Amino acid sequence: MAKPIGLEVSLAVSEAVRLCDCDVVAAYPITPQTHIVEHLSELVANGHLNAAYIPVESEQSAMSSCIGSSAAGARTFTATSSQGLALMNEMLYIAPVLRTPIVMAIANRALSAPINIWNDHSDIMSVRDAGWVGLFAENGQEALDLTIVSFRVAEDRQVSLPVTLNIDGFTLSHFIEPILLPTLEEVAAYLPPFKPLVKLDIAKPISMGLLGTPESYAESRKATDDVLLGSLSVIKKAFAEFHKAFGREYKAVETYKSDDAETVLLTMGSISETAMTAVDEMREKGEKVGLVRLRVWRPFPSEDFLQAVSKAKNLAVIDRHISLGVPFGPVCLEAKSLLYDAPARPSVTNFILGLGGRDVTREDFKEITQKAKALSGKSQSRFDLIGVWE
Amino acid sequence: MIKGIDALMKASDLPDAFTAEPGSTLAFKTGDWRSLRPKLDREKCIYCAFCYIYCPDGVYQDMGKDEKYFKPDLDYCKGCGICAHECPKKCIEMVLEEV
Repeated sequence: MAKPIGLEVSLAVSEAVRLCDCDVVAAYPITPQTHIVEHLSELVANGHLNAAYIPVESEQSAMSSCIGSSAAGARTFTATSSQGLALMNEMLYIAPVLRTPIVMAIANRALSAPINIWNDHSDIMSVRDAGWVGLFAENGQEALDLTIVSFRVAEDRQVSLPVTLNIDGFTLSHFIEPILLPTLEEVAAYLPPFKPLVKLDIAKPISMGLLGTPESYAESRKATDDVLLGSLSVIKKAFAEFHKAFGREYKAVETYKSDDAETVLLTMGSISETAMTAVDEMREKGEKVGLVRLRVWRPFPSEDFLQAVSKAKNLAVIDRHISLGVPFGPVCLEAKSLLYDAPARPSVTNFILGLGGRDVTREDFKEITQKAKALSGKSQSRFDLIGVWE
Repeated sequence: MIKGIDALMKASDLPDAFTAEPGSTLAFKTGDWRSLRPKLDREKCIYCAFCYIYCPDGVYQDMGKDEKYFKPDLDYCKGCGICAHECPKKCIEMVLEEV
């Protein structure tokens, strides 16, 4: 039985990329993602990973290089954060339609302004419609495991789409945690060689990146949406086979003590572990509270989500981003729109916290639980910003 | 027949990754974009090849030393009128495309 080793979570992601025998890494450093690609450049330079490391001049070039290398049949990885992700924006919308599998770790960080290098989810929310599969890790082991799963999902020929693996910047990326490293052989048995759906090949040329006229643009966007929605079953299968191979189980929607819960909290990312501790403490005092976490953010796991929350009396949706100009956060909007047609639906409230690296504590989840109960059956006109100084 | 992206193709029939075989624009005829058509007065034409050189879509074909003129392929001519503008003898007239 392998022993866990102490490893910074960023480096665990890099090690996972090494174990996946990645062919091309094209990246530009940006806080708090830098350690991931810095360690990858060391692995390549020291001969531990046989890959081309492309030090590009911007994130726009990083993503362009990734699309090109993936189209040429290379297993491709990059990582970024915040402004870097924003600079990639135009290329992010291109990769899914070209069906180029790329794995991108995002050490989630707030978007400027004001300049802020700390954690929230405003970066990933800004590209939620781009067509990428989106997964969230809650701790270091998950970050390593889900990097491997991400390659498997991205390169599955039924999917052939790029994947973002979201890890909270600093609060997850910079922590040193005990991590089990699988062997190269174990990963190779789980992750088959990359056989691209379409490939740039001199012997058999194709044109990629065509003009989509008014007669074909809508059809092409719908075709990509069909593939993205259909990827959920592939993701679930990849989770199930990971469980079989490595003994660690993942689900599209994770639940914690939510079966008999009156009030359910909905979270994504590393704050879920704090929320679990808060749920335990509230349960000890007799509070019927539980937790539901979205592991898969795109494609939105609608049925699993509805099944997990529909029995609750109150649903407190926690967002880590303000969608400026809209009364509710993006996760809450998804939840509310799905629940609108549900035969039985909980009373939904929205809380935003942990913006720009503001600490998220167990007390915050206790406060949210009490507020959700107090608002039960009443309508909330706008999100409640927890811990705001006003 | 070269496979390309055809107009009015269903989402389910589109090729994977929205790709096409090389040269697929041959199958994509742009002639129906045209509202004006070039009409050549062969009496005035001096066979100088300005129309052939300036055409941005390369639709002019050399008809050879016996015929001594250049003929536009109307399957692809978009009717931009650059040939008529550049012709030193003003022997190309842009006439209304009759539907």
